[in-house]
Amino acid sequence: MGKIIFIEHDSTEHVTQFDEGATLMQIAVDNAVPGIDGDCGGECACGTCHMIVSDEWFEKTGKVGDAEEQMLSMTPERARTSRLGCQVQTTKAMDGMTVQLPEFQM
Amino acid sequence: MINKNKEVTVIIGGGHAAGTLLTALLQKKYPHKVVMVSEELHPPYQRPPLSKNYLAGEVDKASLYLKPPSIYEKAGQELQLGVRVEKINRDDKSLILSDQSTLKYDQLVLATGSHVRRLNVRGSDLKGIHYLHGIEDTDALRRELVPGKRLVIVGGGYIGLEVAASATKQGVKVTVLEAAERLMQRVTGPEISEFLYAKHTSAGVDVRLGAAVIGFESDDQGCVNGVTLADGGKVSADIVLVSIGVIPETALAENAGLLCDDGVVVDEFTRTDDPDILAIGDCTRHHNLFFDKRQRLESVANAVEQARTAAATLMSEEKPYDSPPWFWSNQYDVRLQMVGLSQNHDQRVLRGSILDKEFAVFYLCLGHVIAVDAVNFPVAFMVGKQLVKLRKSVSAEVLSNPNIELKSLI
Repeated sequence: MGKIIFIEHDSTEHVTQFDEGATLMQIAVDNAVPGIDGDCGGECACGTCHMIVSDEWFEKTGKVGDAEEQMLSMTPERARTSRLGCQVQTTKAMDGMTVQLPEFQM
Repeated sequence: MINKNKEVTVIIGGGHAAGTLLTALLQKKYPHKVVMVSEELHPPYQRPPLSKNYLAGEVDKASLYLKPPSIYEKAGQELQLGVRVEKINRDDKSLILSDQSTLKYDQLVLATGSHVRRLNVRGSDLKGIHYLHGIEDTDALRRELVPGKRLVIVGGGYIGLEVAASATKQGVKVTVLEAAERLMQRVTGPEISEFLYAKHTSAGVDVRLGAAVIGFESDDQGCVNGVTLADGGKVSADIVLVSIGVIPETALAENAGLLCDDGVVVDEFTRTDDPDILAIGDCTRHHNLFFDKRQRLESVANAVEQARTAAATLMSEEKPYDSPPWFWSNQYDVRLQMVGLSQNHDQRVLRGSILDKEFAVFYLCLGHVIAVDAVNFPVAFMVGKQLVKLRKSVSAEVLSNPNIELKSLI
């Protein structure tokens, strides 16, 4: 158990509880955080769970996969620390992490 | 549409469209009471994994649910599960439910989805013949997928091929019988069909094209043990899956006198011809502004887009549904992503390498990109989404030239 803080584009904060192993997309979706659609359910097929991880936490989210990189490369609000939420499996080390949500999903 | 006298919004159906609508209303802080009535025993769940990783036993049931059930309750949304709506009374705006109770509505949303198309041939009611639509169907099929068993799949579309891939990985001997001359003929071009044919064949699946099923054979226990083809051929089977498409579930709407035409007819705001009734998802034939014609689409993307449109309509925001449809499938190591509808193309352009299993087919009509099918090539899908949406005119030379970056086309 830990917490992840999702910050909407309009600065609304959502403090969520998570069990390690869940993906960032699933945590956001389970908590009905607006701005994360996750339409394909986590199959890295739709690109609608774009998130921007805070700089200091980015390393902890692991490597960006090839398919993920291709999807992200076409996302207009792409940042250096962008991830697709469905590709980030949470670990204990992510307790307290803040994640920024873009204005739009693809 | 918001009116102080209107109190209860009822959603009939509990699939992807209904679930997305619940979430959208919750996120928009919809002020009215929402009741969802669904025949299924589960809260809204993801169907795509039913033919893929849920069938393979890689994910559990709870992970299929779109939301943890408690979230609906917390938001004041009521889920009546295992309850069927028998009748819509538009005169007094009420529903008769299978438990004989009556439920009044002010706004009604039909999200009744579709039901599987049955194959009616000799022996089609034998034990061991499966269809795939809900969680229980997958549970029943999965119990029978034991290594070494022979599974015959009737229908080489999305579901049939995804099950073929999942079952093959589990050591089941799979035969796919497709009546058409190529796989997924209704939704894709020959390059993708041929690629998938090669992929399945090399994985050990016996794929037979032009194979029309005319009957099922039975053992003395009344269990299916074979399939008879129109050409007289027979295929032995321990298990059969029939996956030959779906039919929109329109009976309630038709009986209530709503306009239907192979789907409940709705406009770009998901409104039916009754101002108090909306309809979303697989059950609809909708006016899609993108195509500027009425369209019926069986897909998650359509269900969620229409659900969001309906939420906006219920909130009096009126955001029309105008995005091109998209689809996806995973089979073995193949990630297939598709956008647009390719049927009316007059030119196909290949980019990438079929041999390297990384390519895309661009479908053009009068020089405009109308659809893209991408195999292990997500950037082509993402660029394709934009090209299709913007109705971009791009030449075949440019699309196929590996020295021109796809991204530069946007």
